[in-house]
Amino acid sequence: MGIRFVQCATTFCFGLLALSGANAQAVNPESIQIGLSTDEVYLTADFSGADLTIFGAIENIDPLVARQHRYDVVVVLEGPSRDVTVRRKDRVLGMWINTRAESFVNVPISYSLATTRMPQDITDSLNYKRLSLGSDNIFLEPANRRQSPVTIQEFTDALRERMQATSLYATNLGGVQFLSQNLFRATLKLAPSVPVGTHRARAYLFKNGQFVKESSAQLAILKSGFEQWIYRSAKQNGFLYGVFAVVLAIAVGWLGRIVFRRD
Amino acid sequence: MGIYLPIAEMSVNAFVLLAMGAAVGFLSGMFGVGGGFLITPLLIFYNIPPAIAVATGANQVIASSFSGALAHLKRGTLDFKLGFVLLGGGIFGSTLGAYVFALLRRVGQLDLFISLLYVALLGTVGGLMLVESLNALRATRGGQPSGQKRSGQHNWIHKLPLKMRFRASKLFVSVIPVLAIGAVIGFLASIMGVGGGFIMVPALIYLLRVPTNVVVGTSLFHITFTAAYTTLIHATANQTVDVVLALLLMVGGVAGAQYGAQIGQKLRGEQLRALLAMLVLAVALRLAFDLFVRPEHLYSITNIGIAGES
Repeated sequence: MGIRFVQCATTFCFGLLALSGANAQAVNPESIQIGLSTDEVYLTADFSGADLTIFGAIENIDPLVARQHRYDVVVVLEGPSRDVTVRRKDRVLGMWINTRAESFVNVPISYSLATTRMPQDITDSLNYKRLSLGSDNIFLEPANRRQSPVTIQEFTDALRERMQATSLYATNLGGVQFLSQNLFRATLKLAPSVPVGTHRARAYLFKNGQFVKESSAQLAILKSGFEQWIYRSAKQNGFLYGVFAVVLAIAVGWLGRIVFRRD
Repeated sequence: MGIYLPIAEMSVNAFVLLAMGAAVGFLSGMFGVGGGFLITPLLIFYNIPPAIAVATGANQVIASSFSGALAHLKRGTLDFKLGFVLLGGGIFGSTLGAYVFALLRRVGQLDLFISLLYVALLGTVGGLMLVESLNALRATRGGQPSGQKRSGQHNWIHKLPLKMRFRASKLFVSVIPVLAIGAVIGFLASIMGVGGGFIMVPALIYLLRVPTNVVVGTSLFHITFTAAYTTLIHATANQTVDVVLALLLMVGGVAGAQYGAQIGQKLRGEQLRALLAMLVLAVALRLAFDLFVRPEHLYSITNIGIAGES
């Protein structure tokens, strides 16, 4: 990614030289590039969460704005999406049972966010909402759009609240640090239960509280060889896998009897 | 020590699971219950998805009940004949139960049905056993001999035809109630995702009047098979058996089962029954609490599956 940055920098070199007039930014707006320390993360047997480092650079910076620390970056790692159902418990005959349910489509299972500073100091809530940025603002799409707006709102809020309560939705304030005027590094947390699949990293650049540009990169989270093998066996040869599980249990029971016998 | 579970798709602490397996295995060996009714709620409490907890719990139960059954086989407190007849009914009941399970899941109130079933069954079984065993304990203390097998006192069950002799259990009884007990337990067990030991033990003691020490071994023998059957059904139909998780639980479980069987041997029948009754009641109360007390979170989320992948 560093190489790509250098290439881009040289491409825009001419433009940088021309950057002197007051209206120069309109001609050469800033842009942002990111690169991951790795394209693939393997979940091995001893995986218990990890830190993911994302490097990035801002191109065509305005040195004056940079000196005043008025560039801000928000980096998000969004996991694969799934369809989920939110159920509500109500009291029926003295018992708390699931009564109503709403389904949502394409809900990101994980959402990890890092910022340069407190979110309210970067830009206003309207901008966050417009960008669907932050777990408070992700767009959650109900499966049944004809449901009453009040109900949709209720279940959307509940879904948001429940997702934020899990370790899969994380926020790391100050997790993005500038290494130089235009280079930055973001540290995002991968929870122990991080979902397998394609994750998308997005970096949002803000200048003086205004959104300028975004850039994205992909990260594949995969099971390592042994775990993948077990998973594939279970899905493809369910019955044989079941027989194996039973034989394994019998073997462990028998060995346990020999090793731990108390009579 | 963190360990990644390939089917549950999450990282867990291996020592917590080993300890969990050992504790449940201990109770399992002591009382002749598979421990499914303990391990499944414990796993769910530890954030393992319920479907995986039920299926993997069944897999773990095979190991600890097999290990416990071996211990009883050595002591001659296992009635093979009785076990096989029970099993005949059990397989029939389990198959029917799996069908009803799928039906209820389609209707959408499976969770409620299972909770109610647990509370009602565990509450009744635990309550009756506690009262009986406390009475027996009091009687023993009063100086009377504790005659579990009161000769001459037969209930209607002993009047049915098709009698069969079960030597190890010192029993001469019709096969009809034995098959029926096996079927009913198999049915309930497959709906609840358990081996059914906690119903089997009191049913054999109170309905068929099998001596307590033989009950434990025979029940473990029976559970080994029903749990194996349940594991196969779940592995084939739902792919929810996590062998890594099961292996951790098993290793703890078989160790615990041997110690449990040893302790159980030292206790008297009525003491054993009183303790099992209290354990069963405690689980029933815990589940009733969840059902009747306002939950902390009214809303819950269920994953349907990966979007675009069906």
